[in-house]
Amino acid sequence: MSTPSQKGQLSRDEVAHLAHLARLAVTDEELDLFAGQLAAVLDAVAQVGKAAVEDVTPTTHAVPMTNVVREDVARPSLPRDVVLAGAPAAEDGRFRVPRILGEEA
Amino acid sequence: MSAINSDVTSMNVDELQAALADGATSVDVTRAYLDRIEAADGELRAYLHVDPEAALARAAEIDAAGDKSGLAGVPVALKDVVVTEGVPTTSGSKILEGWKPPYDATVAARLKAAGTVLLGKTNMDEFAMGSSTENSAYGVTRNPWDPERIPGGSSGGSSAAVAGGLAPWAIGTDTGGSIRQPAALTGLVGHKPTYGSVSRFGLIAFSSSLDQAGPMARTVLDAALLHEAIGGHDPLDSTSIDAPLPVLVECARRGADGDLSGLRVGVVRELGGDGHADGYEDGVLESFRAGVARLESMGAEVREVSCPAFDLALAAYYLIAPSEASSNLARFDGVRYGLRVGDDGARDLDEVMALTREQGFGAEVKRRIILGTYALSSGYYEAYYGQAQKVRTLISRDFSAAFDDVDVLVSPTTPTVAFPLGARVDDPIAMYAADLCTLPASLAGVPAISVPSGLSEGLPVGFQIMAPALADDRCYRVAAALEAALTADRGDRGFLDQLAARQGSAS
Repeated sequence: MSTPSQKGQLSRDEVAHLAHLARLAVTDEELDLFAGQLAAVLDAVAQVGKAAVEDVTPTTHAVPMTNVVREDVARPSLPRDVVLAGAPAAEDGRFRVPRILGEEA
Repeated sequence: MSAINSDVTSMNVDELQAALADGATSVDVTRAYLDRIEAADGELRAYLHVDPEAALARAAEIDAAGDKSGLAGVPVALKDVVVTEGVPTTSGSKILEGWKPPYDATVAARLKAAGTVLLGKTNMDEFAMGSSTENSAYGVTRNPWDPERIPGGSSGGSSAAVAGGLAPWAIGTDTGGSIRQPAALTGLVGHKPTYGSVSRFGLIAFSSSLDQAGPMARTVLDAALLHEAIGGHDPLDSTSIDAPLPVLVECARRGADGDLSGLRVGVVRELGGDGHADGYEDGVLESFRAGVARLESMGAEVREVSCPAFDLALAAYYLIAPSEASSNLARFDGVRYGLRVGDDGARDLDEVMALTREQGFGAEVKRRIILGTYALSSGYYEAYYGQAQKVRTLISRDFSAAFDDVDVLVSPTTPTVAFPLGARVDDPIAMYAADLCTLPASLAGVPAISVPSGLSEGLPVGFQIMAPALADDRCYRVAAALEAALTADRGDRGFLDQLAARQGSAS
């Protein structure tokens, strides 16, 4: 079992890439700050690599999980107007989303 | 006010119930708390939202109904992670500023059905990510024991509200220690229930396999009362355990009798014991040892227990929780609720989403989303997230092996007393260390309670009692015994009397 990280492994470019994947428009100042902080955090959490885990099954939930199905009974949902009242933008009784297609489309 | 005076805000809930049954009105009780909030919350900033008119109207409604039983008419505060129909809910984040949920969380609905009066929503670290409440987008909350110090976190608004007499009790949530740690730092009792025993429906999700709501209260008995009111199976939460809740109030009452003969107590070496005391304050360890000795004096058999995998709990937690958070927080996309930034018709969905999340989330939330995204990404998944899940199994195995030999495990709740505001905000690793003792029970899903064991340098110290899954009653029994013994030793009415005495002498 090798320890997967050396200190400072997470570069500024990698943080920028991860932020893009997570849809975070981080600033240059944040990139500088986070790269250093996350390198230190990654160094600490990489300790998990020290554990001897041959034949150990992973735990996703601490309690036994079984699929839960409910009775197939129709129930009223929240009224449309109530739900749309919390939306940042609504139009014609629907969520209005930002532009999803480019100019050429 | 007739039967009630300002002393109401220093009453335990069982005393409030007696006063209400004896003719006090919920309006009087509620007004006493609202007055206290008006007087003290300018400094403490425990609440994010208080609606005095709504609270008094609700109290009047309860009075008019004439129901004097159970929790009818008793005020309560809710951490702002609990969604409440028509009442602003932010989870401490700018991204949800102004949002009014269209439904109630099960916890909120059950408290409403029991006749409680909602005083307000309490401050918290943004999306419950933090140990000091300094990560709130709405400013810091101060510790009533020392306003220059943190009230703990992430349920720091709830802890400050209850310790400061701004609520008789409050709901907190605990993902890695966020009920127990703030309770410890403010001299309260806080219990993290067995995972799955209190519904998560309507809690704004941080780390779904770890999040649990639970009580924060002035006494063990009050905590048990509140726990019974919110606990039990909920078909709306697919991880809810379909089993009856153990009897908790009765256990708390019996525990206070102080007979622990036959109880086997394990002191966890890895949480402050020999060779594992780095970062622990001497005053905390002294208070903890005195608490253990007090359990022994009541007949408990004490032995040291080793749980080697606990040394890796912090590393495993700070991979698992950010990984789950990076996925859970994807719902904040600026489409269905909350903030939307930059939607000018020129920018596309991806850009609007990225700008919305950039402006809506604070630094700690962004750090954890980035870390979680990394830990779950192809090529790193096995080394980080997969490995952390296996460590989680090892921690559960250590608990199981320990509980073959002992009935409960004990440790300090936190390595230190409340630290000064600002001391750790720029150092994530130092901040994470505040959760050192509470993380193992979170990862294993077992119940754990924090009860005050004394003061160190004038600040409260918490004593943690952990039990096997579904044996929450053991936590209450042992905590009640320790609480009763220490109260008798001091000769006062309860731990918070020490804070009241200090404030009395200062004014």
